[in-house]
Amino acid sequence: MQKHKKNINLLLGSGILLAFIGILIVSFFYTPYDVNSMDIPNKLKEPSTTHIFGTDEFGRDIFSRILKGSQTAFLVGILTIAIGGFFGVLIGGIAGYAGGWLDEVFMRIMDALMAFPGIILALMLVAVFGPGIINTSIALGIIAVPSIARVTRSGFVQQKEAEYVTAAKLIGVKNYKIMFKHILPNISSQIIVALSIAFAIAMLAEAALSYLGLGVQPPDPSWGRMLKDAQSYLINSPWYTYAPGGAITLLVLGLYLLSNALRDLMDPRSK
Amino acid sequence: MLKRKCWLSFVLVCVLFLIGACSNSEGDNSSTAMSGDTNGQSSSQAQEIRVRINDDPDFLDPHHATASISFQMILNMFEGLFIPKQDGSLTEGVAESYEVSDDGLTYTFKIREGITFHNGEDLTIDDIMYTFERLMGLAGGEKLSNNFDNVDSIDTLDDTTFVMTLKEPNSNFLYSLTALQSAIIPKSNDGKHNENPIGTGPFAFVNYSPGSSLELKKHEGYWQEGLPYLEKVNFIFQSDDQAAVMNLLANEVNLTGIPGHRVSEVEGNYNVSHQNNNSSLIITFNGDKEPFNDVKVRQAINYAINKQDIIDSVFSGYATPIGSNMSPAMGDYYLDGLQEVYNRDVEKAKELLAEAGYPNGFSTKITVSSHNDIYSSIAQIAVENLKEIGIDVEIEVVEWGIWLERVYSGRDYEMTTIDLTGRPSAYEVLNNYISENDAENFFLFDNEEFDQVMSDVLLESNRDKQIEYYQRAQEILNEQVPAVYIADYQILWGSTNNITGLKSYPFWFHDMKEVKFE
Repeated sequence: MQKHKKNINLLLGSGILLAFIGILIVSFFYTPYDVNSMDIPNKLKEPSTTHIFGTDEFGRDIFSRILKGSQTAFLVGILTIAIGGFFGVLIGGIAGYAGGWLDEVFMRIMDALMAFPGIILALMLVAVFGPGIINTSIALGIIAVPSIARVTRSGFVQQKEAEYVTAAKLIGVKNYKIMFKHILPNISSQIIVALSIAFAIAMLAEAALSYLGLGVQPPDPSWGRMLKDAQSYLINSPWYTYAPGGAITLLVLGLYLLSNALRDLMDPRSK
Repeated sequence: MLKRKCWLSFVLVCVLFLIGACSNSEGDNSSTAMSGDTNGQSSSQAQEIRVRINDDPDFLDPHHATASISFQMILNMFEGLFIPKQDGSLTEGVAESYEVSDDGLTYTFKIREGITFHNGEDLTIDDIMYTFERLMGLAGGEKLSNNFDNVDSIDTLDDTTFVMTLKEPNSNFLYSLTALQSAIIPKSNDGKHNENPIGTGPFAFVNYSPGSSLELKKHEGYWQEGLPYLEKVNFIFQSDDQAAVMNLLANEVNLTGIPGHRVSEVEGNYNVSHQNNNSSLIITFNGDKEPFNDVKVRQAINYAINKQDIIDSVFSGYATPIGSNMSPAMGDYYLDGLQEVYNRDVEKAKELLAEAGYPNGFSTKITVSSHNDIYSSIAQIAVENLKEIGIDVEIEVVEWGIWLERVYSGRDYEMTTIDLTGRPSAYEVLNNYISENDAENFFLFDNEEFDQVMSDVLLESNRDKQIEYYQRAQEILNEQVPAVYIADYQILWGSTNNITGLKSYPFWFHDMKEVKFE
């Protein structure tokens, strides 16, 4: 019974994610219309066979923009977990492995960062360094660091007393080698779960920042920005919100389901 | 077990959404019913109006305020020697009558008797002197206005006669004597004009809560008999256009600007009036930077940009195309036909660009402010249009404060888009482009003939000849195109049905003097 449920999560989550990856790949080669080309006489047309999600206020094809918007979403997500993962693992690893005052200092800094509401910190960073996709990703990456660092640290604290670590130490393996060659692979499953959650959070945050006009800059499509633009036409053209809103919801739901399933799969206690 | 709870909560959330959606639509029904009721009861309604304004005023002191949005409100509190009228002409205000000497240098004003300030004091000639001394910096303080640089001296002949002597004749001088440039304020309030503004206008200051509202009340001793009708005016600050429409539908405000594409939601239940704003919405260039210092490049861009698309898309059609910086709202001064000169012609644009030495186009950047979505919408259309003639434009969205600092004052930009708000006088509509007008000429336009025309017109006292000069100035702008002149967009005012007496002016002013609830 329990096992069966897990499989549903895994299937649904990975199914949704794969579908979006499919969309992402397709968007590099094909969109039904040019994403930025305007056709103002045909603005705000309802979904039809020619435009399956309708057209926006400039007559641009919403379906094409949703396809292209997946590039933005994945780019932000991947950049964020790359930055967050790199620094999170580095800081968490050092803190957990070294212990002592280094641990204290690093983790208190992480606590301080975590105490600050993520989206406010992102807003501040974007306001200082200017809007745009790269800056947004950097800001979101910084926000992702503390949670990844914590997971990594607790993994290192658990593992550093293990026998294989003592053995490696005794034969004179360098510390950095022990950390990244011996311990890291043993805790990778926990980090992967943390990264997949960070990925989902990054996508939501990108949508939120773009919604506030601070993320991806026009005319490049972003789901959050499309949602913002759609908002002013909510009463007369409600279908405009469906596609970007649905895309964000589905992808984030898929990622959460997947990370839940992964955690259950990899958690030794649930076996 | 835990998993089951997860699913359960997910289902619960879905159910809640559905319930929320249902109750929302019910809420809508009841609120429409409510608004019907209040409209019915209006005869007994208190004479209090709530007007939505986009933003806070920059200053309440009329001599320090510069933002159009401030004057939109505070002109209800202040008056000048003259009062601007709806057609852009002037009528006597604090001055009862005036005379100009034959050489056009000496202006003699007879001050109206029986005017009282909001604090109950009578207006005296000393207050007039004080006002102009303060503006010109004669009383020791800093100079607050450049409008009176041409004034040689000010003096009083007796208790009701005020004299100004100019250095050079200036046919536009009376326009600097309205409350926009020289509101009359009492000497006794010196040092407190911003905290507790006092004037002679139909409404008196009550309270200002930053970020929230500006409250005014009826000036009981107003010199125009029987006016104003309203007891209270409350300007409520709400920057979000969409929320403002909701506020109107919920009867939280009685008057607000409405985005063009939402007119259909309020039409019928509310009055919708169209006001030609007298603004000029432009896409402009930094005239000092290559390639925009070449008139052919500017003309090419003019031919490439599809004005009608901008009007249809951004303003839902509620805008009038223009061909120079002047809008048809300026009446006789406006030169018709210029708006047809740069009809969209991609081939011609390419030719001009090739002649200018850019057959393959170039790359540039358009910097727009984020305080209103219209600017980035316009930029997006421009980017698409310019792509067709090979010009590659990147959009940079910045905050309003940064825009003002970098683009408007700093002139550190390549292209931008903005609307220049209307002024009552034709001279002030066009003087932005005078090469020596450092403060306002952010396009860095420098044209000898234009400067000459604009200085000649000030020496001309015959109105017909003035019109000729102003029309020639518009032709020059149309030939030299320091900007792409897109449109004068209309402001659509949505108001509660039972309000009468709303007036529109060729500049930003919510005149409440004759407004009342029927």
